[in-house]
Amino acid sequence: MGLVITIQSRPTLVQFGAESWLPGMVAVSMIREIAPVITALIFAGKVGSGIGAELASMKVTEQIDAMEVSGINPFKYLVVTRILAATITLPMLSIIADAISLYGSYIGVNLKNDVSLRLFFLQAFQSLSFSDLLPSLLKTFFFGFSVGLIGCYKGYNCKKGTEGVGIAANSSVVLGSLAIFIIDMIAVQMTSLLSY
Amino acid sequence: METSIVKIEHLNKSFGNNIVLADMNLVVNKSENLVVLGKSGSGKSVLIKCLVGLLKPDAGKIILLGQDITVLNDDELNLLRKRVGFLFQSAALYDSMTVRENLEFPLRGEKTLSKEEIDALVIEALRNVGLEDAINKMPSELSGGMRKRVGLARTLILKPEIILYDEPTTGLDPITAKEISHLILEIQKKYNAASIIITHDVECARITANRMIIIKDGKTHIEGTFRELSEDKDEWIHSFFQ
Repeated sequence: MGLVITIQSRPTLVQFGAESWLPGMVAVSMIREIAPVITALIFAGKVGSGIGAELASMKVTEQIDAMEVSGINPFKYLVVTRILAATITLPMLSIIADAISLYGSYIGVNLKNDVSLRLFFLQAFQSLSFSDLLPSLLKTFFFGFSVGLIGCYKGYNCKKGTEGVGIAANSSVVLGSLAIFIIDMIAVQMTSLLSY
Repeated sequence: METSIVKIEHLNKSFGNNIVLADMNLVVNKSENLVVLGKSGSGKSVLIKCLVGLLKPDAGKIILLGQDITVLNDDELNLLRKRVGFLFQSAALYDSMTVRENLEFPLRGEKTLSKEEIDALVIEALRNVGLEDAINKMPSELSGGMRKRVGLARTLILKPEIILYDEPTTGLDPITAKEISHLILEIQKKYNAASIIITHDVECARITANRMIIIKDGKTHIEGTFRELSEDKDEWIHSFFQ
């Protein structure tokens, strides 16, 4: 992502003689918005569908009923753990995505220029402030929570049969992605309201 | 002295307009194997699912091991469920766990048990169903009959006072089905546990039943021993034994 945005943005910035802004601009757009949202969408596709399909398949094959009759609370064992894992994991993945995309941007800058890694990161971090990092990290907790919650809900309440498993996996991804956009929209509004 | 382990009084259960159980009454005594026969869709599986609280009855009382399960909260119900075994038609093994992990799973809440004690219980349960060698296998590596046996071992690990079998021989070849039926009988003797066996398999009923009931129109239509019911002159009842 960082590499692509750097390559795409360079011609416009060159026209205005602002090529030196490239690291800072890419860093702000990546860390504030693109890296958390794209990571969350991929997470919804991979993890959300996995949770939905796994729980739905357990429901269809009576494995959840088997847990219940053995006196184990399946909600605690299957749902709470998955939601917690999703909530904790996504912010970590988002930080990794930030780092990789910034490194990608560094490669993008060096395709046409010769900038040292130290100078690149110096310029990138000069453009960033604490108020860029914190909201972007905070919203990924909510993204992770919603992906986990929707996946679990859809899987746990799936209709019987193989078709139900497919529908649960599919709707986990679709609703999870939709929830990410809605949460992102609310997060942006709240961040801009708080910054004034 | 109270000898009944299950007492169902005026149980009603419907799904929309479909009345499945209507004023069902049933008593199961200690150490007794009760076989429940009935046409498909007659409410046999619904009956045992109501009995363990997987389905909530619309009306009626279910006294299981001296407690009315219709008034228990979730924690009380979970405690009671530990005294009840349930063998699902599909065995319902946790397919992401090995046989050992499947058997250890119901013991998760037992904090007083050491690792060695859990191992001993797992091996004892598997030995009782003749599958000690399968301890490290995944459910996908097991045959239908082996899955049923592992399901039964998982049920036995908590040493239940009553075991509910949902069509234990369905989908098995006649030889394996007979083995499972004899296993049910052995378990009754060894664990001194009562059983409710839902089945269509007359041979399984012949081997396992101390007493039988046939369900019709959502209630007990007739009750008796295998011999009494198989010799009944009523054509509808007789058709089950042909």
